[in-house]
Amino acid sequence: MTDLRRADEPGQAVSLPTDLADERLVAGAGMSGWLASVGTRLKGGDLGNLPVILGLLVIGAVFYAQEPTFLSSRQLVSITQFAAPVGIISLGIVLVLLLGEIDLSVGSMSGMAAAVMTVQIVTHGHSMIIGMLAGILAGVAVGVFYAVLYLKVGVPSFVITLAGLLGFQGVLLQVLGKNGTVNLPDDLWLVEFARTKYVTGTASYVLVVAVVAVYLLAHLYGARRRRKAGLSAPSLVGLLVRSALMLGGLLWLTSYLQAGGGRGWGYLWLFFVSLVVLMDLALRKTTWGRHVFAVGGNEEAARRSGIKVGRIYLSVFVLCSTLAALGGMLIAAQLTSVSQASGTTDTNLTAIAAAVIGGTSLFGGRGSAYSAMLGILVLQSIQSGLNVIGADSPIRFMITGGVLILAVAIDSVARRARSSSGRG
Amino acid sequence: MAAAPAMEMPVRDAVLSLTGINKRFGAVQALTDVHLRVDAGEVVALVGDNGAGKSTLVKVISGVYTPDAGKITFDSKPVAPRGPAQAQALGIATVFQDLALCDNLDVVANLFLGSEHRLGPGLAPVLDEVSMEQEAWRLLRSLSAKIPSVRIPIAALSGGQRQTVAIARSLVGNPKVVMLDEPTAALGVAQTAEVLNLIERLRENGLGVILVSHNMADVQAVADRIVVLRLGRNAAEFKTEEVSTAELVAAITGASDNVVTERAQRAKFTEKGDRDD
Repeated sequence: MTDLRRADEPGQAVSLPTDLADERLVAGAGMSGWLASVGTRLKGGDLGNLPVILGLLVIGAVFYAQEPTFLSSRQLVSITQFAAPVGIISLGIVLVLLLGEIDLSVGSMSGMAAAVMTVQIVTHGHSMIIGMLAGILAGVAVGVFYAVLYLKVGVPSFVITLAGLLGFQGVLLQVLGKNGTVNLPDDLWLVEFARTKYVTGTASYVLVVAVVAVYLLAHLYGARRRRKAGLSAPSLVGLLVRSALMLGGLLWLTSYLQAGGGRGWGYLWLFFVSLVVLMDLALRKTTWGRHVFAVGGNEEAARRSGIKVGRIYLSVFVLCSTLAALGGMLIAAQLTSVSQASGTTDTNLTAIAAAVIGGTSLFGGRGSAYSAMLGILVLQSIQSGLNVIGADSPIRFMITGGVLILAVAIDSVARRARSSSGRG
Repeated sequence: MAAAPAMEMPVRDAVLSLTGINKRFGAVQALTDVHLRVDAGEVVALVGDNGAGKSTLVKVISGVYTPDAGKITFDSKPVAPRGPAQAQALGIATVFQDLALCDNLDVVANLFLGSEHRLGPGLAPVLDEVSMEQEAWRLLRSLSAKIPSVRIPIAALSGGQRQTVAIARSLVGNPKVVMLDEPTAALGVAQTAEVLNLIERLRENGLGVILVSHNMADVQAVADRIVVLRLGRNAAEFKTEEVSTAELVAAITGASDNVVTERAQRAKFTEKGDRDD
């Protein structure tokens, strides 16, 4: 009885972290509390990345059963390498989707930028840096053009970028001229970067350890700041366990990718992953990212709270087109050529589908940079798997379409669960 | 002021006062010579029928509209806010009826939207979540607000809790006057009580509160003074404890011969009769 009464005294409540003091808060402590909260979150339709990760496991199991070489290190390395450039394009799509907009022209944009770069290098004999700058500038210019049309003229992004899709395809053909195909020199640094550069041996293990160390230190520092400020902080044990699992998993994966003829982590893939991590940090930890989510969630509220909404649109359109240009140039480097088909086949829809499959909402305000990575891994795994078992591209298109529908259906069902359990 | 109405002299200095406000939209004279005064630690209710000019007056005070004529004095200095951001910077915060919250963001993000705390100068664009979360709890405490967690998205909150967040957000810049536009319009009984408590808390914290409402019960429950607008003019002003609902309705409608007043009259007579017996 005395104990009960003491719990109600204000002096007792102060010892609790400020953010856990509300008596209606359902928060468990320790491991069981964490598991319980994960359970409630899933039931409430807050699925996060879980469906994609499950999807990846299912894809892996199915193709492995058909053809065991699907999970060989060689195959996995090729999946990561081919996923990376389109993944970079998809990263830009995540940004425009967060604003509730769309860019249908990323495929054409990537082809055009690749053509611009290649022509600068091969036809005009400029250095690689100049060629890449020209391609990047083309991306920036297109982004600015879209933003001006959207903000000043008020044309919906769907229409602007549909026009871009056609227009840039025309530019691609024009720039390439009669030949139709331009080959990049094999000794170009960008080509080597995209094709033959891998991190292996000691360097790869040092890299993994460094990444996990940075992760651990950043989280320890964050937890210490929160505890100092009298707020609840994640448990030290949980953090250590997570870091240890991460370290073990990554070390194992690193060694696996180098065994049995695999070449390890490609520069291209690591570049893509760094971009994803940077974008994720920019979205979650900076005012710019906060404002992107705010504009995607409620543009009017964002405007009234003094956010310069126009600048957010401009930055996102520019980033999307620029990432598309970068991705296009890397695709060209990977294939060592630009042709009339560059960026015109399924690059566009693969990039958009990857973002959606990864869990970024089509309606704005919900998503994460990691959805580009997970989504493109799903699509590239399916493509590689079908190649391995010898299926043709008609089958591939149909299956990709089916997966896209499935992903959107999961998102819709989760949305319904969210709205009925009050998670928006 | 030639048309100064018979009003008692203010005991304290008004924190916000408007005199002779005129606003015209084309052929419509929306506000004619309107005056309004709010003291620190006072709740002034602004009532009136549809089209009485309440919203126009709110927008004049919050800087959305510029008045055609008239003087706004804030903190004993003449001011002319241009836009809500400027009014907010001066110390006049407005909670609009639609709350303007982002459903997908959590409570902390909404409270500090557009005025986020950042880490030191070296890390200029990086959010300082820790100091924002601390400040969020301090704000919510000062309102004795009932929010289970500041890390859940707004979509997961009830209507009253959302109103609480919107009101707490208006306090982020340490304003002196808070204007609430129909804060209880869409709320249930318990949630309305919660918001009225919140208004009491604002008064206790020494803020001037302007409460725009249609709901006579709410107004009478929480306001110190009630200002009635009718057809863009000051129709009447009451101290809350000295006015009956019937008198308020009469002032709002501008007629003493309507159904509500008649029934009130009848009730009074019957009461008298009962007592005489």
